[in-house]
Amino acid sequence: MTDETHSLARPASAKELFVAFTLLALQGFGGVLAVAQRVLCEQKRWLTREQFVEILAFGQVLPGPNVCNVALMVGDRFFGWRGAFAALAGMMTVPLVIVLAVTVVYSQYASNIVVAGALKGMGAVAAGLIVGTALKLSSALRANPMGIPACAALLAGAFAAVAILRWPLVWVLLGLGTLACLLAWRRLGGEGAAVADGR
Amino acid sequence: MTGAMPLPADLLALFAHFLLLSLLAIGGAITVAPDMHRVLVSEMGLLSDAQFNASIAIAQASPGPNVLFVAVMGYQAAGLPGAAATLAGIMLPSTTLALAAARWSHARRDWRAVRAFKAGMAPIVIALMFATGWILTAETPGWRHVLLTVAAAVLVWRTRLHLLVMIGVGAIVGGLGWV
Repeated sequence: MTDETHSLARPASAKELFVAFTLLALQGFGGVLAVAQRVLCEQKRWLTREQFVEILAFGQVLPGPNVCNVALMVGDRFFGWRGAFAALAGMMTVPLVIVLAVTVVYSQYASNIVVAGALKGMGAVAAGLIVGTALKLSSALRANPMGIPACAALLAGAFAAVAILRWPLVWVLLGLGTLACLLAWRRLGGEGAAVADGR
Repeated sequence: MTGAMPLPADLLALFAHFLLLSLLAIGGAITVAPDMHRVLVSEMGLLSDAQFNASIAIAQASPGPNVLFVAVMGYQAAGLPGAAATLAGIMLPSTTLALAAARWSHARRDWRAVRAFKAGMAPIVIALMFATGWILTAETPGWRHVLLTVAAAVLVWRTRLHLLVMIGVGAIVGGLGWV
């Protein structure tokens, strides 16, 4: 079982959220999602993998930057709107200052061959980080009420639609997303049946 | 940055346009980048093509959420007021909606529909992460590049090696011209 709820911790204050999300954002080169998963689920133990995937589901379906939506929802879960604001501000403030500073010096180094090569290497690693995080989060599907074969089929279908066929995300979410939610709705069945067969 | 003083009307137009884009940005702000290009480069002429592309590259090379590319565009178009206009515009509607949705669903977390949504979306969300990695890799061909990506993926999956160490190795290997 993947139920880790008993060993979960929680942040002591909104300030701790702010600091944690600042540090987390500063480690996120080429995307923050991989770092967020590692810090929130493994280092801080504020969320289980299942909870992280659930929050991410809302972050994906709603408009706006996914990781910022995740920060908001995690903050809100612990300290209401104060927590939401603290987490989002932590995620954005210091990185904003850095990115504007980088903008000012960028033009001088943009054509430098070493800098360009380094950025390319970092980009390759960043792609790997997101794939590795996806592999890790896949374990959260074992507890999914739809069952492993249906989850694998949906995962493969959504991957093919977005990565290979390059369909617009909105259609994939509306099409496959709706199908998946209907299947989950059916499998969750009547409450009594769900408890009886252990789902 | 252009150096010229931004006109209040331009700032307001930027802010209003990014407010609208915010609610269309399902999958992140980068999904509406084509429309940003249309407005900032083609219609308002505030940015060059090179500046537009550099904005995305700068944000990806810097730590923090990728949405900050929006602030870089605003900054290059109209200085700090421009950055404030674009970033506030892209963030305000989506964050308000996210917070409201989080509360609505948390209050109804025992509802079958809410549980079905979370369970149903889980494999799709994970697929989207795989797809992101795939698309990033497909954009830059070359087997050494792919090898670096695969190595990073396995290390994240199977070890507790610090992510910054991996990013650092990627920067060194790339800086030496090996990818």
